[in-house]
Amino acid sequence: MTVDVAKETGRGEYATAEGKTLRKVGIPKEISTGERRVAATPDTAKVLQKLGFEVLIESKAGETANFPDDLYRQAGCQIVPDAETLWAQTDIVLKVRPPDMHPTLGKHEVDLLSFGGHLIGFIWPSQNPELLERLAARKATVLAMDAIPRITRAQKMDALSSMANIAGYRAVIEAANHFDRFFTGQITAAGKVPPAKVLVIGAGVAGLAAIGTARGLGAVVRAFDTRPAVKEQVQSLGAEFLELKFAEDGTGEGGYAKVMSDEFIKAEMALFATQAREVDIIITTALIPGQKAPLLITQAMVESMKKGSVIVDMAAEQGGNCAVTKPSEVYRYQEVTIVGLTDLPSRMAYQASQLYGTNLCHLLEEMGGASEYKIDLENEVVRGALVLHNGEVTWPPPKPEKKAGGTGKEQQQESVKKEDLSPKPSLASPTSPPLSSSKRSNDLLWLFLAGLALVGVGLGAPSSFLSHFTVFILACFIGWQVIWNVKPALHTPLMSVTNAISGIIIIGGMLQISGAPSSPTTILGAIAVLIGTINISGGFLVTQRMLKMFQK
Amino acid sequence: MSNNLLTVAYVAASALFILSLAGLSSQETARKGNVYGIVGMLIAFIATSFSPGVTEYGRLGSVILPGAVIGAIVASRVAMTSMPQLVAILHSFVGAAAVLVGIANYLQLEQFQTGIEATIHQLEVFIGVFIGAVTFTGSVIAFGKLQGIIGSKPLLLPGRHLLNLGLLGASVWLGVQFMTAIPLSGLQPLLIMAAIASVLGIHLVMAIGGADMPVAISMLNSYSGWTAAAAGFMLSNDLLIITGALVGSSGAILSYIMCKAMNRSFLSVILGGFGAGAGVATTEGSAQPTGEVTLATVEEAVEVIRNAKTIIIVPGYGMAVAQAQYSLSEIVKILRLRGVQVRFGIHPVAGRLPGHMNVLLAETNVPYDIVLEMDEINGDFAKTDAVLVVGANDTVNPGALENPTSPIAGMPVLEVWKANTVVVMKRSLASGYAGVENPLFYKDNTRMLFGDARKNLDAILGQLSYV
Repeated sequence: MTVDVAKETGRGEYATAEGKTLRKVGIPKEISTGERRVAATPDTAKVLQKLGFEVLIESKAGETANFPDDLYRQAGCQIVPDAETLWAQTDIVLKVRPPDMHPTLGKHEVDLLSFGGHLIGFIWPSQNPELLERLAARKATVLAMDAIPRITRAQKMDALSSMANIAGYRAVIEAANHFDRFFTGQITAAGKVPPAKVLVIGAGVAGLAAIGTARGLGAVVRAFDTRPAVKEQVQSLGAEFLELKFAEDGTGEGGYAKVMSDEFIKAEMALFATQAREVDIIITTALIPGQKAPLLITQAMVESMKKGSVIVDMAAEQGGNCAVTKPSEVYRYQEVTIVGLTDLPSRMAYQASQLYGTNLCHLLEEMGGASEYKIDLENEVVRGALVLHNGEVTWPPPKPEKKAGGTGKEQQQESVKKEDLSPKPSLASPTSPPLSSSKRSNDLLWLFLAGLALVGVGLGAPSSFLSHFTVFILACFIGWQVIWNVKPALHTPLMSVTNAISGIIIIGGMLQISGAPSSPTTILGAIAVLIGTINISGGFLVTQRMLKMFQK
Repeated sequence: MSNNLLTVAYVAASALFILSLAGLSSQETARKGNVYGIVGMLIAFIATSFSPGVTEYGRLGSVILPGAVIGAIVASRVAMTSMPQLVAILHSFVGAAAVLVGIANYLQLEQFQTGIEATIHQLEVFIGVFIGAVTFTGSVIAFGKLQGIIGSKPLLLPGRHLLNLGLLGASVWLGVQFMTAIPLSGLQPLLIMAAIASVLGIHLVMAIGGADMPVAISMLNSYSGWTAAAAGFMLSNDLLIITGALVGSSGAILSYIMCKAMNRSFLSVILGGFGAGAGVATTEGSAQPTGEVTLATVEEAVEVIRNAKTIIIVPGYGMAVAQAQYSLSEIVKILRLRGVQVRFGIHPVAGRLPGHMNVLLAETNVPYDIVLEMDEINGDFAKTDAVLVVGANDTVNPGALENPTSPIAGMPVLEVWKANTVVVMKRSLASGYAGVENPLFYKDNTRMLFGDARKNLDAILGQLSYV
C-alpha cells in the first residue's frame, strides 16, 4: 500500500502541473455487465496517434466489439495486460460507461484513476452525484460526453446523437425480430400481405433513425412529437406526422422537449389510445432531460393492441414510456411483446464503438491534440462537457450569456438545428436591435433635412426652376421604382443601357454647335456630341449583343 | 419644328426611356427594353435636330457619324470579359461630354439672365461641370484598374478623408468666386474647379479596392446620370433632366442593392477602405485557418464529378480571367446529357461588374434557368454531391459567417462547404481581392485543384468525354 501512495503523489504532481503535456491515452475494458462497446477502435486509435497521443489499451478491451488485440497492435497501440496498470500508466482515460466497481479487482474504477488524472466518457453527472464526489476526492479532471453542448460546432463530438442514431436503428431491428409478420406489404401467389404499421413516439435523433429504418423495411410509419418543428423532418423520411388539434409548442431548451400542459396530455393520450388499436408496433423514445420518462402508453392501451404486436420502449432506463415495461427485459404481456432493452447501442458494439471513438477523437482534437492539450474554459464545448476540473465541481456549466437580441436567437436556432438530423442552413443576419433603432432615427433625420431643403428651395427659387425641379424629383422616383426589382443577372445589360441613355447629354452639345464655327462654344459642343455619340451607339449595341446571348 | 412638337417628342422619348429601364428588369422583356431605349434616343435626336437651335447640319453630321461608327466598332469588337472596362470608359465619355457642355454653355453669351435666375443658372453650370469632371476622371481610373493598367489595390493616402474634404472645400470656395465674378471672367475659377474635381475623381476611385469595383462602376453610372440632369437644368431641357434623373437614381439604387448584397454601407464603399481593413487584418494575422489543404489531380476531380448526381458550379472572376467559360459550358452540356443535375450559383458581386458572370455564361449558351442566384441556391448546397468553385474566393469564404473579426464578416456568401465535396479551382492559395484568408481551402471536404482554370477544365472535359 505504501508503494501505491508514493506512486500516486508522484503522478499527481505530474498530471496537475499545468503546461506539462499529457500524452498517454488509455482505454480500459468496459466492466459493466453486457457492455460490449469500447472507447477506441483500431481506426480511431490511429487518429489519436495522429493527434500526437500514445495509445494504451487493456488486453481484450475490444474483443466484444469484434476488435481483437492484434488489430490494435497493428494500429500501433500498446497492449496492457491488466486494468490496474493501464489506469495507473495513462494520463487521459477514455471510457464508455461511467466508472463503477471493478468486478474482479474488488476496487472502484475511480480509485484506479491516477491522482489528478483526466477521464472522458459518459458520466451522467446529475444521476451520479456520489460518483462525482468520489472523482472530486481524486482531484480528477472529468469531461462528460453526455454533457457536450448541442450546438452546431459540437455536432461531430455529440456522442448522444451518434448513440441515439444506433439505438433507433436497433430498436426497429429488435421489433422486427419479435414481430412475426413482414414489414413490407406484398402481393404474392399465396395471398396478400398488408404492410406493418409502426408508430414512433418522439422524433428526436433516435426517433428519426427508427422512422428511417422502419420505412426502409417497408412499413407504414406514423410519428408523433410535441415539437411542431420536427414535422418536416418526419415527413421528409416518408412518415406521417400525427398532429393534435391543439396549439402548444413543446420545444424546450436545447431543442429537447419540455413538459406539456394537462389538456395537451389528455388529447395526446386519446390519440395514442386510438393509435394503439390500429398499429402493430410502437416505438417510444420520449425523454425529458433530467426527469423520469413520461408515461405515454398505459396498461389499457397495451391490452387494446392486436395480439402479436410489439412495443419497444427506448426510455426503459429512465423509467419507461410504457406502464408495463420491465427495464433490460423482453417479455410478453398478454400476447404483446414488450422490449425494454437498455443496451441497444451496445448490441451494435462494432458500429457504436467506431462512432463513439470518432466523437472522442474530435473532442481531443478540439482540446488541442496532444501537443496543445488543455482545458480551455473559454471553449464553449469543452466548458460544457467539463464536470470536474482538478477536483473542483464545474457542473452544471454556466448558462451561455444571452447576447442582445440577434445572437441569442441564433444560438437558440443553432441548438434547435442540432436536434434536426438534417440541419438546414440558417443564415441569421447579424443585425442587432440597437443598430436598427439608430438607423430609424437616422431616417427621421434625413426626412427632416429633406423637408428643410424643400422649404428652402420653395422660398428662394424662381418658378421656372421649380417646374424643372418637379420633373427632376418625379423622374428620380420613377427611376427608383423601375429599377428596384431588377434581377441581378441583368445588372450588366441594365448598366450599359442606362449608360447609353445617359448619352442623351449630346442634346446639350447639339444645341451649342450652331454658332460661329470657330467659337469655343461650338468646338466644345462638337467634341461633346462626338464622344456622347460614341457612348450612345456603343452602349446600345453592346447591350443588344449581350441580350442576344441570354437564352432559355 | 415648333416648340410644342418638340416638347411632345421629348415626352415620348422620356416615356420610352422609362419603358426601356422597366423592360430591362426581366429576361423576357429585356431585348424589347433595349429597342425602346434606341427608339427613344432616335426620337430625341431627330426632334432636337429639327429644333430651331440647330442649323448647321453638316457640322452635326460630321461629328455624329464618326461617333456612331466608332461606338459600333468598339461594341462589336469588345470581348465579353472586358465588358466592365468598356462600361467604365463609356461612363467617362458622358462625364467628359458634360464638362464640355457645361463650359460651352457658360461661354454662350446669348442667354443673359438677371438676379436669382442668373445665380441658379450659374450654380447649375458649376455643379454640372463638377459632377462631370468627377465622373470623367473616376471612370478613367476605374477603366485603368479593370484593364490592369493600374493596380487594383486601394490607394490609401494618409488623411484621405481630409483630403477629400479639402478638395470639396476648395471647390465650394471657387464656386463662390465663380458666382460673384462678372460674366465670363468666371471662366478661370470654373476651370480650376474642374481640375480640382478631376483630382477628386481620381482619388475617390483610387481608394476603392478591387472587390468593390462593381459598386464603384454602378456608382459612376449614377454620377453620369446626375451629370446629365445637371446639364438639363442649365439648358432648361426637361428631357435631359428626366433621363438624367432616371439614370442617376437607378444607378444609385443598383449600388445600394449591391452594397446590401455585400452587407456593407454605401458610404464606406464610396470612401474606400474595404481592401484597407482587410490588409491590416491579414498582417495582424487574425485567425489563420488551421488544417491541411488537400490537393487534387485532374483525375481525382473527374472522379468526383463522375460520381456526383447533383453538381453546383460557382464561378468567380478567375473564370473570366482564364476565359474558362467555354470549356465549362461544354462540361455542363455533357453532364446534362448524362442526366446529372447541374446548376450554377452566382454571388451578387461575383466578377468585376454586377451580373458579370451571367453575361459570360450566357455567351457560352448556358441556359439561364439553370443559373441561379445566391438566395435561390444557398439552401441546396447541403443536398448537393459536388460543388465546383471556378476562380471564386471571397464569395465562398466561410469566414464571413464564422469569424466575426473577419473583414468580410456578415457578408452573405455561397455556403459551398455544406456540400459533400468541394473542388476549388484556383491559381494558388493566395487570398482574394478582399485580401482575406479563406478557411474553405482547409476544410476536410475541400479538394484544391491548382493551375490555370481553363487548362484544368479542358483536361477534365477531355477525360469526361471519353467515358
